Amino acid sequence: MTKKFDLNDDSVVVVIGSGAGGGTLGNELSQKGINVVCLEAGKKLSLDDIENDWGAMFGKLSWVDKRQGTGDLLAGLPLWVCKTVGGTTVHWAGASLRFKDHEFRARSKYGEIEGANLLDWPIDPNEMERFYSMAEDKMGTTGTHGIPRLPGNNNFQVMEYGAKAIGYNDVHTGNMSINSQPRDGRPGCHQIGFCMAGCAIGAKWSTLYTEIPKAEATGRFELRSESMVLKINHNKEGKATGVVYVDADGNTHEQKARVVAIAGNSVETPRILLNSESNMFSDGMANSSGQVGKNFMRHMTGTVYGTMPGAVHFDRGTQMAGIVMDESGHDDSRGFAGGYYMQTLPGFGLSAIAGNIGNMSVDSPGKWGRNYTREVVENYKNMAGMWLVGEDMPQEKNGVTLHSSEKDQYGLPIPVVHFEDHPNDVVMRNHAFKAGSAVYQAGGSKKQYQLPPFPSTHNLGTCRMSADARDGVCSSTGATHDISNLFISDGSSFTTGAAANPTLTIVALAIRQAENMSKLLSQNSI
Amino acid sequence: MSNNVSRRTFIQGSATAGVVVSGAGAILANTEEAWALSTEVLSGDTALSILIMARTLYPHDFLGDQYYAEVVANLDEQAKTDSSLVDKLDNGVKELSKVIESDRTYNVPFKDQSSGLQLQNLKRIDGSDFFETVRGATLAGLYGNPRVAALFGWEGSSVEHGGYINRGFNDIGWLPKS
Repeated sequence: MTKKFDLNDDSVVVVIGSGAGGGTLGNELSQKGINVVCLEAGKKLSLDDIENDWGAMFGKLSWVDKRQGTGDLLAGLPLWVCKTVGGTTVHWAGASLRFKDHEFRARSKYGEIEGANLLDWPIDPNEMERFYSMAEDKMGTTGTHGIPRLPGNNNFQVMEYGAKAIGYNDVHTGNMSINSQPRDGRPGCHQIGFCMAGCAIGAKWSTLYTEIPKAEATGRFELRSESMVLKINHNKEGKATGVVYVDADGNTHEQKARVVAIAGNSVETPRILLNSESNMFSDGMANSSGQVGKNFMRHMTGTVYGTMPGAVHFDRGTQMAGIVMDESGHDDSRGFAGGYYMQTLPGFGLSAIAGNIGNMSVDSPGKWGRNYTREVVENYKNMAGMWLVGEDMPQEKNGVTLHSSEKDQYGLPIPVVHFEDHPNDVVMRNHAFKAGSAVYQAGGSKKQYQLPPFPSTHNLGTCRMSADARDGVCSSTGATHDISNLFISDGSSFTTGAAANPTLTIVALAIRQAENMSKLLSQNSI
Repeated sequence: MSNNVSRRTFIQGSATAGVVVSGAGAILANTEEAWALSTEVLSGDTALSILIMARTLYPHDFLGDQYYAEVVANLDEQAKTDSSLVDKLDNGVKELSKVIESDRTYNVPFKDQSSGLQLQNLKRIDGSDFFETVRGATLAGLYGNPRVAALFGWEGSSVEHGGYINRGFNDIGWLPKS
C-alpha cells in the first residue's frame, strides 16, 4: 500500500535518515504534497521488539559500526546514538526545551572567547517561536499547549526537595514529549522506566510510530530501511543528482533526486559529504568553507549519583521527568559563559551502576573489593541520580575526519571523531558537579559520585549554519551555501549548542525547512 | 559427565566447594549449599579459582557461592567457542598462583591461598587483560542476574506489570515535606 518510487525518478526529495530531523522533514514534505524517498541505514523495529532490557536494546538500537574516538571521547564508542528506523528518537529521553534568546546570539552575548569558534545563529529567535510551538504540538510536549506535566517520581522528589532547600525555584517535571495523558492515538505514560531503551507502549514521541506512518499514509513517502548511504552524486553544474546506497542484500543502487537532505546525526552527515568528494569537490561536497566536520559539540555533560538516607528506587518511572532550570541563564559571575540544566536520570540498571561508578568516578572507593560493594553496590536502591547538560563551546579542532586506512563493512573510511573540552566546559562542569551534589546533600545525602561524560548523545554543529558562507556549511534554512538543492536537516546544522537537549530544536528547524523547501520547489528554484 | 564417573578424580576443594574433575571439564559441588556447577571446557582448578576471584572482587555476605558459580558457567560457555579465553584464564590463574616476596617467587595455587594472599595477588594484577576479563564477566554475570539484582533493589522489566504508575513510582516516604 505504501508508495514505491522508481530509482530513476528524479522528481523526488531524498531524505537521508529517519530520526528527529529526517523523519520530521519527510512527513512534513509529504503532507505538503511532495514525493519523498527516505533512506535509513538501520532496521525497522515495532513496539513488540522493545523490551525492558538495557543490554538487549543497546544491541538492537545502537550505531556500533566502527568509529574511532580521540581526545576526551571513548575510543571504541565515542557516541551513543542509534541505527534504526526512527533514529535516536527511539532512544531519546524526551526532554523538549526551547533554546533561549541569548543562546541564538552566543557570539554577541558571550563576546570573544579564546579558542571558541562562536557565531550568532542566522535566525531571529522570535521567528523560531512559531516553529517551536508547532513542534511542541506535534510531539505532545508537556507544559505546552495545555498539556499537563507528568507526575514526579521518587527520583524527582529527591531532586525537588534538595533543589528548593538550597534556593532553586524553577523546578518541575520538565517539558517532556511523553504523553501525560492519551494523545494523538498514543497512550499516556505508565511510569515504566526504560525510556532510553525505547518506550514499549509508544507514549514517548518517536518518529518510528508518529511521523513515519503518517508520512506513509499520504502515499507520497517511501521508507527504505537497511539502506546505508555511500555518497551523493552531482552533475557538472555542481547540483546534487542522486544518492548511492547499499541495501540489506549488499546491492548498490543510485536513487535519483531533485533535492537531497541529509539527517544522519552529526558524525554521519559530514561523513557523507566528505565521502562525496570528486574532481569538482576535492574536499568533499558543500565544503568551500572548510567547515564540514568541524566545530563538533556534544554539550557539557556529567552525572551525579547521591546515596540518600532512604530508598529511592530511581529506576521507577519516567527517567528524565525532572529538571532544575535555575542555572540555565547566562551569568558571567559564575565564571563561565552559557548555562546548564540538572535533569533526573537513573543509572541503566544494577550492573551498569556497579561498573560505571567504579570505572568513572574518582569519588568511588576503587572499582572492586569489600569497601566498594558495601558503599556503592549495596546502596543501589538508595541512589538518586541526575544528569547535567549545558552549552559547550564550538572549537574548530573538534570534529569528524575520515580515517586514512581503516574501512568499515561498507568499504567506507571509518570516521574519526575528536573532542577536547574547552576551558569554559571544564569550569561549567565543575560548577554543575558542585551544585548537583549540593542538591543531594540538602536531602540528607552523605556521599555523592561525580561522573564525567558518557558516550555523547547530543552531537551537534559539524555542518553549521552561518550568515556568511565562509563561516559555515549551510544557511538558516539548512540549504548548503555551495549547492542549492543539498540540505542539512539534523543537529549538524546547529551554529552553537545551547544548553537544552537538542531534539525539539531539530524538529522545529525541520518543520521550518519543509515550509521553505516546498516554497522553493513550487517556485522551481530548486 | 556421568559416563565418566569412573575417571573422576577428587581434587582438594577449598571451604567453598569440592571439585570433581572428569576429562576436560569439571563439576564444582557444594553439598552444604546444595548446588553444583559443571564445566565443559574449564578445568576444575581454573573454575574454582575464578569463582574465588569473582567473590573476592565483588563480595556480598548475603549471597551464596552459587551466584558466583554462574559467572564461571558463563565464562565456560564463552570458552566453548573461544579457545584463546581458556588460555587467558589458565594463564591468569597461574599468575595468581605466584606468591612474590621481595625478589623471591613461590608457588601456591590461588585457590589454596589465604584470603590475604588472594587479595594481595588480585591487587598485583589489577588492570591486566585477564583481570578485566573476569571483572567484566562478574559485573555482567553477577549483577546482571535478575535473581541477584532483585536483592539489591533492581526490579527489572516493568512493562508487563503495567509499569510503576500503580506500583510505587512516587512512594517515597522518608523525605521531609517541603
